[in-house]
Amino acid sequence: MIRIKFQQSLDELKERLLVMAGLVEQAIQRSTEAYSSRDAGLCELVRLSEPAINRMEREIDQLALDLLAMEQPMAVDLRFILAVIRINADLERVGDQAVNIAGRVVDLGTQPHVDLPVDIPRLALLAAAMVRKALQAFIEGDAEMAQAVLLLDDQVDDLNRDAFRSLGNLIKESPDLAPQALNALIISRNLERVGDHATNIAEDVIFWVRGADVRHHSMEAD
Amino acid sequence: MGVDIRVENLNAWYGAVHTLHDVNLRIPANHATALIGPSGCGKSTFVRCLNRMHETNPAARAEGKVMMGDVDIFKDATPVEIRRRVGMVFQRPNPFPTMSIYDNVASGLKLNGFRNKRVLDEVVERSLRQAALWDEVKDDLKKKSGASISGGQQQRLCIARALAVDPEVLLMDEPASALDPVSTAKIEDLIFKLKSQYTIVIVTHNMQQAARVAENTGFFLMGKLVEFAATTKIFTNPSDKRTEDYITGRFG
Ligand SMILES: Nc1ncnc2c1ncn2[C@@H]1O[C@H](COP(=O)(O)OP(=O)(O)OP(=O)(O)O)[C@@H](O)[C@H]1O
Ligand SMILES: [Mg+2]
Repeated sequence: MIRIKFQQSLDELKERLLVMAGLVEQAIQRSTEAYSSRDAGLCELVRLSEPAINRMEREIDQLALDLLAMEQPMAVDLRFILAVIRINADLERVGDQAVNIAGRVVDLGTQPHVDLPVDIPRLALLAAAMVRKALQAFIEGDAEMAQAVLLLDDQVDDLNRDAFRSLGNLIKESPDLAPQALNALIISRNLERVGDHATNIAEDVIFWVRGADVRHHSMEAD
Repeated sequence: MGVDIRVENLNAWYGAVHTLHDVNLRIPANHATALIGPSGCGKSTFVRCLNRMHETNPAARAEGKVMMGDVDIFKDATPVEIRRRVGMVFQRPNPFPTMSIYDNVASGLKLNGFRNKRVLDEVVERSLRQAALWDEVKDDLKKKSGASISGGQQQRLCIARALAVDPEVLLMDEPASALDPVSTAKIEDLIFKLKSQYTIVIVTHNMQQAARVAENTGFFLMGKLVEFAATTKIFTNPSDKRTEDYITGRFG
């Protein structure tokens, strides 16, 4: 009894989650590229990807649910399926963040261009790298790589905090620039959330591989 | 009330075949403990050692120590005394086929010399109620034979028979594997109710069953106890790779 069909289903689940992850990564990339180029077309593409991401999320959930009900998975298999369900939800919300960012970029496009004291591309790069790395850890079942993602989150948080400070000051000093500054501020916050979701994904990978629930540990350490 | 069972360096043989190797564990009182493992790994041998039934096979032998509460079952008690303290239920219901339902339940007591009809009536009713069978058979107690009721009812009758002598430990060797899901659920409900008063050890091939009824689970492999831990631990995050391979179905 080596449960060939079940193992194939687990592989399929992983496969589908990676396709979903591809869509989500693309959406994040496009929305931040759109920020740099103020490209409304890219923003539209991001918006259009949302239904597909949502559909994939539902399909993956259904497949995972079927496996739970029909195969009664145990131990590492059970943890894997739970991890997939949670990663799936986090990916979907990363997709939402991309859509939010695209919305802000569209709004920015209607406002006079100004140089803002915030390095959004750098923050975006970091947040996207966290997602990428967390997914890589998932693909390879590598808890140590996942652990490394957790460390990156502090950098993202720091950058976001810097953005709040400098953009806040800008709004005080030049209230006429407040609309642009607010958009950038919201984008910064969106990217910070992307980092949080990547952190969740990394924690789910660790839970799957090691069987230890590491969620909320950073809170305890604070 | 149940008693703790402490097993130390238990070894068992059938002739020259060494079937249990240095088993050590503590089975807590008033809880259900599940034993799982592939066919032939020694689960039945293990539970049969706990009521000294293993030794009834002339070719068989056991060594080591089994403490039931304060009693060293190999030293301080005869097999008959142990059978009184330890009830056993088998995979296939084995009521006495020609005896009435009443006599099936009362058989243990009668064997021990009880004759008082009022006491026997009381014990029979209490045991059948405990086994959740009373309502189904109360009108046919002396009319129907042990063999004339359904398999699921027969298994509960065997449980009633085991409970009638007021044991401390209840050993169940795949008690539901020959039963349909409804009868199985009844047996599991029964285990759930009984475990506050008895020490229950249940052998099962049904992992979900172990997960549903038992607080602790032991995994046997080739005569060795590989892992013994809280059931939730065994089924979500076992420590031993062999346990994981077995429960996830990656074996062989
Ligand atoms: N009466 C017997 N005579 C000789 N060998 C026996 C006897 N009963 C069991 N054995 C051997 O002892 C070993 C353990 O058997 P046991 O019945 O304890 O396994 P088990 O875990 O209960 O298996 P199953 O899940 O199939 O009931 C096996 O190798 C078996 O062949
Ligand atoms: Mg057996």
